Amino acid sequence: MKNSKYIYTLLTLVCFSLGIAQQTPAPEQTRDIAIVGATAHIGDGTVVENSMIILSNGKISRVLEGNNNDGLGLQSMDVIEAKGKHVYPGFIVANGTLGLVEVDAVKASNDLSELGAFNPHIRSIIAYNAESKVVESMRPNGVLLGQVVPRGGRITGTSSVVQYDAWNWEDAVVKMDDGIHINWPNSFRRGRWWLGEDPGLKPNKDYAKEVKELTDYFNESKSYNKGNKPEVHLPFEAMAGLFDGTKRLYINVDDEKGITDAVNFAKSQGVEHVTIVGAYEAHKVADFLKNNNISVFLRRVHSRPNNEDDDYDTPFKLAKHLVDAGVLVALEPSGQMERMNSRNLPFYAGTTVAYGLSKEQALQLITSNPAKILGIDDRFGTLEEGKSATLFISEGDALDMRTNKVTHAFIDGRQLSLETHQTELAKRYSDKYNIELKD
Amino acid sequence: MLMCSVSLFSQDYFPSNSGVIAKNSNYTAFINATIHVSPTEIISNGTLLIRKGKVVNVGKSVKIPDNTTVIDLSGKTIYPSFIDLYTTFGVEKPKRSGDGPRYGPGRSGYYWNDHVMPEQDVMASFKYNEKDASEMHKLGFGVVNTHMPDGIVRGTGALIALNNDADNSLRVVDGEVSQHFSFSKSVRSRQSYPSSIMGSMALLRQMYNDAKWYAAGNIDTRDLSLEALNKNKELLQIFEANSRANLMRADKVGDESEVQYVIVGGGDEYERIDDVKNTKAVLILPIDFQAAYDVEDPFLAHSLSLSDMRAWNQEPHNPRLLAENGIPFVLTTHGLKSKKSFKSNLMKAIESGLSKEKALEALTTLPASLLGKTDLLGTLKAGSYANFLITDGDIFDKKTKLYENWVQGTPHVIEDMTSTDIDGDYTFNLGGKDYTLSIKNSLSKPNAKLESDSISYSTKMNYSNDWVNLTFKTADSTNKEYIRIAANASSANSLNGKAIMPNGNTLSFYALKKKEEAEDKKQKDKDEEASQPFFSPITYPNLAFGFEEKPKSENLLFKNATIWTNEAEGVLEKADLLIKDGKIAKIGNNLSDRNAKVIDATGKHITAGIIDEHSHIAAASINEGGQNSSAEVTIEDVIDDEDIDLYRNLAGGVTSIQILHGSANPIGGRSAIIKLKWGESADNLVYDNSPKFIKFALGENVKQSRSTTNMRFPKSRMGVEQVFIDYFTRAKAYDDKKKSGQPYRKDTEMEVLAEILNGERFISCHSYVQSEINMLMKVAEKFNFRVNTFTHILEGYKVADKMKEHGVGGSTFSDWWAYKYEVNDAIPYNAAIMHKVGVTTAINSDDAEMARRLNQEAAKAVKYGGVSEEEALKMVTLNPAKLLHLDDRVGSLKTGKDADIVLWSDHPLSIYAKAEKTIIEGVTYFDIERDKQMREAIKKEKSELINLMLQDKNKGLKTQPVVKKEKELLHCDSMD
Repeated sequence: MKNSKYIYTLLTLVCFSLGIAQQTPAPEQTRDIAIVGATAHIGDGTVVENSMIILSNGKISRVLEGNNNDGLGLQSMDVIEAKGKHVYPGFIVANGTLGLVEVDAVKASNDLSELGAFNPHIRSIIAYNAESKVVESMRPNGVLLGQVVPRGGRITGTSSVVQYDAWNWEDAVVKMDDGIHINWPNSFRRGRWWLGEDPGLKPNKDYAKEVKELTDYFNESKSYNKGNKPEVHLPFEAMAGLFDGTKRLYINVDDEKGITDAVNFAKSQGVEHVTIVGAYEAHKVADFLKNNNISVFLRRVHSRPNNEDDDYDTPFKLAKHLVDAGVLVALEPSGQMERMNSRNLPFYAGTTVAYGLSKEQALQLITSNPAKILGIDDRFGTLEEGKSATLFISEGDALDMRTNKVTHAFIDGRQLSLETHQTELAKRYSDKYNIELKD
Repeated sequence: MLMCSVSLFSQDYFPSNSGVIAKNSNYTAFINATIHVSPTEIISNGTLLIRKGKVVNVGKSVKIPDNTTVIDLSGKTIYPSFIDLYTTFGVEKPKRSGDGPRYGPGRSGYYWNDHVMPEQDVMASFKYNEKDASEMHKLGFGVVNTHMPDGIVRGTGALIALNNDADNSLRVVDGEVSQHFSFSKSVRSRQSYPSSIMGSMALLRQMYNDAKWYAAGNIDTRDLSLEALNKNKELLQIFEANSRANLMRADKVGDESEVQYVIVGGGDEYERIDDVKNTKAVLILPIDFQAAYDVEDPFLAHSLSLSDMRAWNQEPHNPRLLAENGIPFVLTTHGLKSKKSFKSNLMKAIESGLSKEKALEALTTLPASLLGKTDLLGTLKAGSYANFLITDGDIFDKKTKLYENWVQGTPHVIEDMTSTDIDGDYTFNLGGKDYTLSIKNSLSKPNAKLESDSISYSTKMNYSNDWVNLTFKTADSTNKEYIRIAANASSANSLNGKAIMPNGNTLSFYALKKKEEAEDKKQKDKDEEASQPFFSPITYPNLAFGFEEKPKSENLLFKNATIWTNEAEGVLEKADLLIKDGKIAKIGNNLSDRNAKVIDATGKHITAGIIDEHSHIAAASINEGGQNSSAEVTIEDVIDDEDIDLYRNLAGGVTSIQILHGSANPIGGRSAIIKLKWGESADNLVYDNSPKFIKFALGENVKQSRSTTNMRFPKSRMGVEQVFIDYFTRAKAYDDKKKSGQPYRKDTEMEVLAEILNGERFISCHSYVQSEINMLMKVAEKFNFRVNTFTHILEGYKVADKMKEHGVGGSTFSDWWAYKYEVNDAIPYNAAIMHKVGVTTAINSDDAEMARRLNQEAAKAVKYGGVSEEEALKMVTLNPAKLLHLDDRVGSLKTGKDADIVLWSDHPLSIYAKAEKTIIEGVTYFDIERDKQMREAIKKEKSELINLMLQDKNKGLKTQPVVKKEKELLHCDSMD
C-alpha cells in the first residue's frame, strides 16, 4: 500500500506539472486584414498567383487575383505584404487524437479509450484538452483543425471536430459528435501463445462471428430507435445519427476483403455516410469504393509497408492510386506517437507528391477533402469567399519541411500566437548562449 | 516372451529367485538376404550370423554352427538400423517454474547462472518408454541419443538401444556420450539473465573462461557445474541451434572457446551454404518440411510472404545441397511435428536429389563415428550390435515394407513377413454373384472393401499366417445374416478356401488377383514427372528483393550533377563524380574514364550516403536486460542479414548504421556498426576495423519506471550514477591488475569497461534530461575519459555549453517529443541549438520507418532553428560519421573516401526527393529501376508457387493455414 500511495503522489505531481497553460487564445478579429501578393493555394486544386485575400469578421470576404487594389479600402485594414509567400487553408487532421493524451507513457494523462467493446455513447469532445501543449505545437506548421477520435474496442465512440486555439472544449468545437468509429474485425489473428498456440498471425476463425455481433448490434440499435423506448439505452440512443444521416460511420479496416465486407455491411444497414479508415488495400477496390460513394481516411503516409514483399514505397503511393480512381481521400495520422507527429501532416501530403500526385492534389488531402468528409466544408477547407478565415501564410511551400515556415496563422480571423512551450524554451536557451535561431 | 528376455539379458552377477539361471547361447542366421553391411558395402545372397545380441559374422559364405536358428530371407534386404543423435527419448520435458522472476541464482554450489547445468545427468530423469520406442522402430531407428531438453547448458546425454525386451543394464549403450547446449534458458528457473540470444552467447563465453580459471585451481570455492563442464569436455558437444542464423552464432561461440560443436540445424542452411561450410561443423539435420499453405482463398494467400512460400519449395533440397557442398550431416527426427512424417520427408529429400547412399550414411555410419562407436553401431560388421532392419527391398523407396527392426538381437515386428503380402484387387463369384474385393495393409492393419453391382458391403477382415478371414453381411439388409470366408493365401495371386453361407452350406471359394493396370501406372508416373518441383531461386538474402547474383563493384562516372561534398568545396553545380575500385576517385568538371560506366545525372543531386547513428533494424535481439550491466554482450553477435528494413533503408539513401543495444539497463551492450550491403551475410556487413562502441542509458527506461515489478537496482537517477561509479571502479581495479602482470580471471564485462577507461571504446549514451546528462559527464571526468556521444539527448540544448566543454557530441531526433514524461521539454530546436553552440550534432532515427527519410529529418533543422542546408545535410552524413569515428572513410564526398553515395532525383533535403541509386563502395545496392523489375519478378514467382501449392492440395496432400509474416519493429525499449 505504501507503494501505491507513492505512485499516487507521483501521478499528482505529473498532472500538476503538465497542466501549465498554453498560449492564450487570440481575441476576435476587429479589423479587416488583407493578405497581399501571396500565392494562394485555394485547397480545391486551384492556385491564385499574386492574390489578394481579405478577412473580415472572421470570414474570407474576398479572394482576388492581381494587383488591382482600387476601391478595396486597404488603408483601413491591417495589410500583410506577402509577395513570394504562400497562403493555405488551415490543415485538418482527420482521425486525430490530439487533446486526448498529453504524454503517451503517463497513464494519468491518457483519455484515449474506454472500457468495453461497444461504446457509441462515449464522446471524445468532453475530454478534449484545449490547453494541451501538444495541440499548440501544431499551429506553427499550419495544422489548425482536427477530428478528436476515441479509440479502442469494436465501436470506439463518437468523435467531434475542433479548432486548435480555444479556451475550453466548448469554445474549440467546430462540429459536435460528427461520427461514430468502429474497428472492423481482423481477418488475421495472433495465436494465443500463453495457451501454447503458435504466436504468429493466422486467419481469424471468428471473423464471421465477430461480423455478426456487429450486425446484431446495429440491428438492435435500429429497432430501439424505431420504437417508443420504454427504457433508455444510452449506447443505442447514440447510434441513431448513423441511421438518420446526421452522423458518419468511420470504419477502420485495412484489407481488401474486410473493406468490401465493411462497405456492404454499412450499405445493408442503411448508413448513408461511410468512410474507410486506414485502408491499406483500398486501392485494390478503388472502383468499388468510388461507385459506392465511400471516402477514405488513408493511413499514415510515413509508415512501413505492412508485408515484407510489398514495394518499399507502398504507403507513399497509395494516395495516388485512390485519387486517380476518383475516390475522395484525406490523410490520417494514426500510429506510433501520432499526436506529436500530427504536426507533420503537411509532410505526409508532400510525400504523396514525390509519389505521383500534384502539389494541389496533395493539398486537398489535408484541406478540402477532410472538410467534405467531416461535414465542415461549408466553413473550412478552402480559401473561398464566405468561408471561415482559417488559414495561414508560409514563407515557402508548406508541404515541404525545407520551406514550411509559417509566419501568420488565423482561425476564424483571429490571429494566433505561433509561440509554443517549445519556442519559449528555444528562446530561453538561445538567449542564454547568445545564438541566433533564424537564418 | 518376458521370461525369455530375462533369461537372455539378466546380468551374470544378479541373483535369480524366479527359476534357474538359464543362458541362451544359440546363434541365429539370416540367409539368402541382400545385406547392406554399410552404406558402401552390399552383399547379395548373403548370410548374417548373430549371437547374444551381436553380429558374429556376415558374408556370402558364412559357416553356420549347429546350434543355429536359420531364417530364410530370400528376396529380402537387411540394413543396419538407424541412429538418431538428437532426441529426448524417455525424458519428460520439465514444467515451467511457477516462481517469480529473480536476478540471482536459485541454488548454491553450482555456477552463478541457473541456466548453466553441465552437471545434469539425463539418466537421473530417464524412463524407458516402450510406446515411443515402437514408434521409432517403425521409422527404422535402433539407437537414440537422449538428453534433457532444458537450459543453456543441459548436461550429459545417454545413448539408448531401443530394445523393448531388455532392461537398462543392456539398453544403455553409454550413459554419458554427449554434452548438450542451446541458447534457450531453463524453464525450471526464473533467473532473468540472459534475456536474449546475445546474452546466452556472452554467458557461454564467460562460462568457458571461468571453467579454465577453475581448472587451473584459481577458485577456492566449489563449483560443481564448472567441474562437470570440464569433466565432460571429451564427450560429443552438441548444440541445438534450430536455424542457420543460430548455427553460425553457436559455431562462433565454439570457435572462440576452442570447442567444435556438432550443431542441430534448422533446415534453412542452404540459404548461405558457404558460410555454413566454413563453420566446419557436422550438422544434425531436421527434415521438418512444411506442408503447402492452403492458398485457395486469394485474400488470405495474399498475406503469405515470398520467403515463407520459398521455404516450402526449397527446404526439401537442403540435404542434397549440403551433400553437394561436402557438408557432413546426420539426420534426426528432432523438430518433426509428427514423427510419422519422417519417412515421407526423407523421401521428399531423396526426390529432391539427396543420394540414397548419403541418406543411409547420415542415419548409420556418420552418427556412429561421431559417437566414437563404429565398432558397435552403424554397420553390420562382426562385433557390432545386431541392430538391423529387414525390408522387402530398397529402404528408401516409398513402397518398401519394413518388416522387422532388430535391436541387440531382439526382433521388433512391424509387419508380418511370414505372411504373404496380399494387397490388391480380387474378383470372385459366390452364389452366382460377382464380387470385387480390395485388400489394403494386409501385413499391418488389414482392411478390405467388398463390392458387387456397385453395392458396398461392410466387411471385417483378419489376416495372419497366410489365412484370410472375411465376414460380410448378405445383400438382404433386413436380415442380419453373414457370409464367412476362410481362405489361404500361400499360392501367389489367388485366395483359396471356403465360404460358409448363412444357411450353413459351405461353398468353395476362389478369388483371383487382378493384374495391376499398367495404364494406371503409366499415368501415375506421368503425374509425378509433371509435378517436378519448381525450384525457386535462392537469393541473397533469400526473400523478396534479394539478389540472385550479388551485385558487383563498378567504376561509375556521374555527369552533370549537383554534388554536395560536405567539404570546403561546398555544393558543386554541374559537376562530375568518378567512382573507381569502390572509392571516390575524382570530383570535378569534364571528367572522363574509359573504363567507367557513365551515368547522366543532369538535374540530379549526389550526396554522401546517409549514416544513422541510432538504429535497431537488422538485429535478432536488442536488449539484454537481465542485469543492470551487460557490457559483455554485443549486437555484432545477433545481426540479422535478412531484415527487409535493410533494403528499405537503402531505398531511403542510408548506407551505414550503428545498431545500438537497447536502453533496458544503465550499461548496455556493444554496438554493431555496419554498412547496408544487402545480400551479404551478417559478418560481412560489419565495418572492417570497426570503431568500438557501447550503449549506455539513463532515465526512465533504466530505472524501470513503467514496470510494476521492478526489483532491480537502480530505480532512481540517483542509483544510476552509483551503478556507473561502481562498475568503473571495479573495471579500473581489474585493468590495473591485468596490466601488473598478475594472473587474473578473464571477465569480458570488465575487459569492455576497461577499454572505455583506456579510450579504446566509445560510449553512445541514451539520455533525455539535463541532470543525468551532466551526471554522466562528471562520472566520465572522474574516471578521466570522455563520453563520446549522447544519443536522443533531447535536453541537450539545456547543457550544450557543458557538452561542448566536455567534448561530447549529440545525436538527436529532429522533432520527437511528448511520448514520455522525460521528453516533456524536448524541442525541435535542439539540433540547431547544440550545433550553433559548437557541439557535433547528428540526427538519428531509432526507428525503421523514419530511417528511410533521414534527409527530410535533417531538413527540419533548417525549419526549426535556421541551420544552413549544407550544415543540415551534414547532420545525417558527416556528423554521424564523426561521432562514429568513421569520418576518415565515409560521410563526405572526397577523393579517396569510400564510394558510399546517393543519387537523388531532387534537392536532397526536399520532401520531393527520391533516392534513385544507393551505392556502397561502388556497388549499387539500391537502384530504383532494378527495384521495378524485382517487383515484377516477385509477382511472377509468387503466382508460380501458389499454383504449385494448389496442385499439392488437389493431389490430396496435407496443407497448412496461411501465416502472415510480421517482424517486430525494435526500439530501445524492446525487451529481447
